Amino acid sequence: MAGDPDLATTEKMALACIRGGADLVELGVHFSDPIADGPEIQAAGQRALRAGTRPRDVLDLAARLRRGSDAPLLLMTYLNPVLAMGLTPFAERAAAAGVDGVIVPDLSLEESPEIRGVLDGAQIDLVQLVAPSTPDGRAAAIGAVSRGFVYVVARYGTTGTRSDLPEGLRSRLQALHHTASLPLAVGFGVSTPDHVRTLATSGADGIVVGSAIVRMAAEEADPEAVEAFVRELASGVRP
Amino acid sequence: MAEVASRGKFGPYGGQFVPETLMPALLELEAAYEDARADPRFEAELDDYNRHYGGRPTPLYFARRLTEACGGARIYLKREDLCHGGAHKFNNVMGQALLARRMGKPRMIAETGAGQHGVAAAMAGAVLGIPTEVYMGSVDVKRQALNVFRMRLLGTQVHAVDGGSQTLKDAINEALRDWVTNVTMTYYCIGSVVGPHPYPTIVRDFQSVIGREIKDQAREQMGRLPDLLVACVGGGSNSMGTFAPFLEDTAVELLGAEAGGEGIETGRHAATLVAGRPGVLHGARSYLLQDEDGQIADTFSVSAGLDYPGVGPQLAYLKDTKRASFTAVTDAQALEAFHTLATLEGILPALESAHAVFAAMQRAREMDRDQVVVATLSGRGDKDVQTVARSMGVEL
Ligand SMILES: Cc1ncc(COP(=O)(O)O)c(C=O)c1O
Repeated sequence: MAGDPDLATTEKMALACIRGGADLVELGVHFSDPIADGPEIQAAGQRALRAGTRPRDVLDLAARLRRGSDAPLLLMTYLNPVLAMGLTPFAERAAAAGVDGVIVPDLSLEESPEIRGVLDGAQIDLVQLVAPSTPDGRAAAIGAVSRGFVYVVARYGTTGTRSDLPEGLRSRLQALHHTASLPLAVGFGVSTPDHVRTLATSGADGIVVGSAIVRMAAEEADPEAVEAFVRELASGVRP
Repeated sequence: MAEVASRGKFGPYGGQFVPETLMPALLELEAAYEDARADPRFEAELDDYNRHYGGRPTPLYFARRLTEACGGARIYLKREDLCHGGAHKFNNVMGQALLARRMGKPRMIAETGAGQHGVAAAMAGAVLGIPTEVYMGSVDVKRQALNVFRMRLLGTQVHAVDGGSQTLKDAINEALRDWVTNVTMTYYCIGSVVGPHPYPTIVRDFQSVIGREIKDQAREQMGRLPDLLVACVGGGSNSMGTFAPFLEDTAVELLGAEAGGEGIETGRHAATLVAGRPGVLHGARSYLLQDEDGQIADTFSVSAGLDYPGVGPQLAYLKDTKRASFTAVTDAQALEAFHTLATLEGILPALESAHAVFAAMQRAREMDRDQVVVATLSGRGDKDVQTVARSMGVEL
């Protein structure tokens, strides 16, 4: 979460993730009312908000990270901060910062065409999500318009660390591979190297670990610990 | 592809801005609602509950002494305070709970601000045998303690929400998180004309019984339609219910009273349409109170039920098209109207409703004696007696 507790720390943590073997970094742009997020990311967003972090500061941070690394950078935020900046200014600034993609969990397929059009114009990927509740036909429609990859929401519920993976993910991923030609990245509750290992052999092309790292970054505030944790996670994908 | 069209728009407002997990549930709800609307038995059953359980129709009462005190237009009160549970919230909840049962959902959740919607949901859950849980901001749990206990007596579990500003907006956040987690088995009974499509439409339709009755009663009692309708606006359900049947009657003016809190100029208020700008919150595009970066603002109002930084998308559209206008009534003005109504008419109004009463009195003074103002008295004031006592420096 960018700006939790401050942007300098986030920069160190993001670099630690990349050193640890992350293929891609997601920067959270906080929103006051994150309905898709569980306790860890809610709390991190509140801290970022209290610290006075602004979305434009996060774009500056992205630009700094981009200068030091080639790892793809994604922003994860809600629609309202994007609308408040203005769709086109947001797309232009994000492109100038070197942002590769954007994930907006409260942007449904139905409401996505306008923003996708603007982001396409700036060559930024708008990543769409599929959920456990998404019927096959709808998943195909989502797969057809998503950019970069399809974000597979692993479970019913919000983000947040969990001790187990939901059942049936392997068959869901198989079915999704039939309908979507893009890579599939799985997230929401993926928390441990064990989870990562299981997913890597279940058909996931990418694995998103959010809350577990956010929590670690906040509680230990130690880039080396985060780097070691990410290395352990990554070893599940590349043994 | 028809399936992916943007739905439920009022001009640029409304829509379905929710996590994908909820989209199939919204599509299911929309289909179930259309099916229910086409079924005369659904209508008949709701009507039966409205009459024999809810106490409808509620009276349209000529407030003689209030009218004399203002010296202008005749003021009538639509007595939703006499509805079962003490507020208009019953109208919506009964309809949605019947829909939940029809959809075979074994569990119902709701959010609440003042606690009136929570109490109504608890009643409907009890009478239809649907286990119900209610989310409520912890600030509201304190200031509406009476309603929290009423819910418990009705067999409903109340979850205090500690996140954010600990008021209605945060209760909705938490209800949405519950729904995302338990969506297949759970009906989310939202309490106002807010949220993603189809909720603003469903809630408006169920609340429109208010305006339909006003229309019939006005014709019967005065042989004409009112000149002005006034209702308070939190999320906007009692106002939309009042206004909707009159949208085509353009000679009838529509006025919404928002919570001016300590005054618009102080920034401590909840007057979303008066002072906000468009954005997306809780599944819909509408006016919002927010900062420059799109972070939702904290709101302030003496009335928990108006303490919300968003507003129903159709009201946003009525504002832009100028079919309705909106004014801010401060805490002090609402309290003044509360005392006026108590002493002149023997009615203790909800503090939310007192905002409408103040706006109605203010306008009536400037109107002719042969004109008619109808103010919707959305609820009764028992729940607010503690708050009013405190404002007078009285410890109960
Ligand atoms: C008595 C009463 N009036 C009005 C409101 C505001 O809601 P709405 O604007 O949806 O009618 C509430 C909400 O709790 C209420 O309890």
